[in-house]
Amino acid sequence: MATIDLTDSTPVVVIGSGAGGGTLANELCQKGIKVVLLEAGKRESTESFQNDEWASFGQISWLDKRTTSGSWQVAKDFSGLPAWICKTVGGSTTHWAGASLRLQEHEFKAKSTYGAIEGANLLDWPLTLKELEPYYDKAEDKMGTTRTHGIPGLPGNNNFKVMYTGAKRLGYKGVHTGRMSINSRPRDGRDACWQIGFCFQGCKSGAKWSTLYTEIPAAEETGNLDLRPQAQALKIETDGNGKVSGVLYADKDGKQQVQKARAVCVAGNSIETPRLLLNSAGGKFPDGLANSSGQVGRNYMRHMTGSVYATFDRPVNMYRGTTMAGIITDESHSDSKRGFVGGYEMETLSLGVPFMAAFLDPGAWGSEFTAAMDMYDHMAGMWLVGEDMPRENNRITLHGSEKDQYGLPVPNVHFDDHPNDVAMRNHAFKAGSAVYSAAGSTKNFEVPPYPSTHNLGTCRMSEKASDGVCNKFGQTHDVKNLFVSDGSQFTTGGAENPTLTIVTLAIRQADYIGEQMSKNEI
Amino acid sequence: MSKKGLNRRQFLQTSSLAAAGVAATASGAVLIAPDGAWALQLNAFDEHTARTLLVMSRRIYPHESLGDMYYVPVVEALDSAANTDKDLNKLMTEGVAGLDSAMSLKWVDLSEGSQLKILTGMQDGAFFQKVRGQAVVSLYNNPLAWRHFGYEGPSYEYGGYLHRGFDDLKWLPQPSEDASPKAG
Repeated sequence: MATIDLTDSTPVVVIGSGAGGGTLANELCQKGIKVVLLEAGKRESTESFQNDEWASFGQISWLDKRTTSGSWQVAKDFSGLPAWICKTVGGSTTHWAGASLRLQEHEFKAKSTYGAIEGANLLDWPLTLKELEPYYDKAEDKMGTTRTHGIPGLPGNNNFKVMYTGAKRLGYKGVHTGRMSINSRPRDGRDACWQIGFCFQGCKSGAKWSTLYTEIPAAEETGNLDLRPQAQALKIETDGNGKVSGVLYADKDGKQQVQKARAVCVAGNSIETPRLLLNSAGGKFPDGLANSSGQVGRNYMRHMTGSVYATFDRPVNMYRGTTMAGIITDESHSDSKRGFVGGYEMETLSLGVPFMAAFLDPGAWGSEFTAAMDMYDHMAGMWLVGEDMPRENNRITLHGSEKDQYGLPVPNVHFDDHPNDVAMRNHAFKAGSAVYSAAGSTKNFEVPPYPSTHNLGTCRMSEKASDGVCNKFGQTHDVKNLFVSDGSQFTTGGAENPTLTIVTLAIRQADYIGEQMSKNEI
Repeated sequence: MSKKGLNRRQFLQTSSLAAAGVAATASGAVLIAPDGAWALQLNAFDEHTARTLLVMSRRIYPHESLGDMYYVPVVEALDSAANTDKDLNKLMTEGVAGLDSAMSLKWVDLSEGSQLKILTGMQDGAFFQKVRGQAVVSLYNNPLAWRHFGYEGPSYEYGGYLHRGFDDLKWLPQPSEDASPKAG
């Protein structure tokens, strides 16, 4: 591991160590580029992770103050917790379930495929699936994604068996244990999955890919990485020429430091990334950094989500084994005959008793609720995740009066479901319930969205500088040496769990940054 | 939202042991099970407040096969927090007074139907929401209660569920090898 001087202006500063930032940092280090990696959270490990839902939630979640507004259900059920994401080295790759699906070709062309949709700010991505394929391939190889590169699928658990039976009885075809970045065989120095059942709490066997114990140690081995945990970025500084020159951050002792930089890459997830750009307003950038389009913070997407749980006469014990143990892909295409555009995936999910009580029917009480809880070990569950519509007013803004521990405005997350999201969720609830009814369920439960784990789109890619924040390499339109390196880049959300695409874009961005640096363009 | 686990030493004592500890507590009160199976030393609440909150927790999340001792951690957590949080102490004390003033009898002495009617009428208020919010964590985050739900919880220390029934469901057709390969 390197120790880079604060006054050294040659390193690339990467903010955030999750799927985007952790991967980008390693890819740059492998090219011989010095990187300072600022991570707001602490460094945990497979040893320190806990098989305990609430304790782990306190250990790795991002719990800094945030506010919510809008008509979305999350603002009512979890008003202070719009997102369920992480503040820890490895970011939300410690918490993710491991589903690794490529975006579909048409999802890169949402505007031309779906046409103009009222109330949606649709746009085509400035790149295609074909351009990304070689990078998807590298990402899957890096992450050890099952059912790619000759890696066998994972064995299905009890929860999968229930979904599989129902799906097959309904005639669904794309039903299997998924493409998961969880080792089904020992690979890359990490063990095969032990079916622990606490994927969301940090994988204690290390079978699930996380930048914490793959990308980051690999980067450290190069001698080019200076990882600084508990370093909260506060402001990106600019020079007189409209370029970024460094990052002001609070270190682990709360002291403010400025790290000079040749380039800055922001990967703080789609709430903190735009917040940092907005909090960096000043000088040539009165409306926030890289915000000449006015699109920073806008088009916030969180995927159409919902869950269906169902009870059966006989025990299921869904909590045993991988949290996301299988998928039905048949509803992921776009077919406007269903009453909405875009598609959704159906993926098994389970929660332990502590979180099931909190999420099954938030705020509910009384004998109907407890009767459902009494059937916990007879329950199966699935998560529904689909493409939601980008909307200009679904956005991250700086709160007018609430401040964080550093005196900076906290982010407000505003979201209103688009009618397309509502129609898709309705269809998905019916489809999920039909699967379980076909498997013989006694009762189905339609469960509203959890706080968002798939936060996307708040600094979107666009061909034209007036439509978005960054170009197809994540380089901001306004500032040459400033990059967006996380899911904030997404022009639209697609139906797929986003981590694989975030990693893919990071690998590609590293190549681009390397080239631009060697050409002295940045 | 930290884990508020079961402090077994504090409440799984005999009543005589608990009684011996009374002098050391702030409120001097103790909540004792009718059969003496458990006792909770109180810091902030008096016995009536504690007993009311215990019954209220049970009415909010009624599980017939769970004894009162599983609801004690809810009261314990509220009592402990109220000891250092005056506003919370006031909210709980006034909340209980509100329950008691709804009819001409103390709320704990009312029939279950009357109790539920009163709770339903105040379910959007801060008092109810605080007790419900604490109960949903303290009741369901108790490893002893998990047995009732058939939840086995942590598995890492036993090598996961790989050899402990992760795929032992036999009452449905088994998936094809292609859809669900054997473990490697």
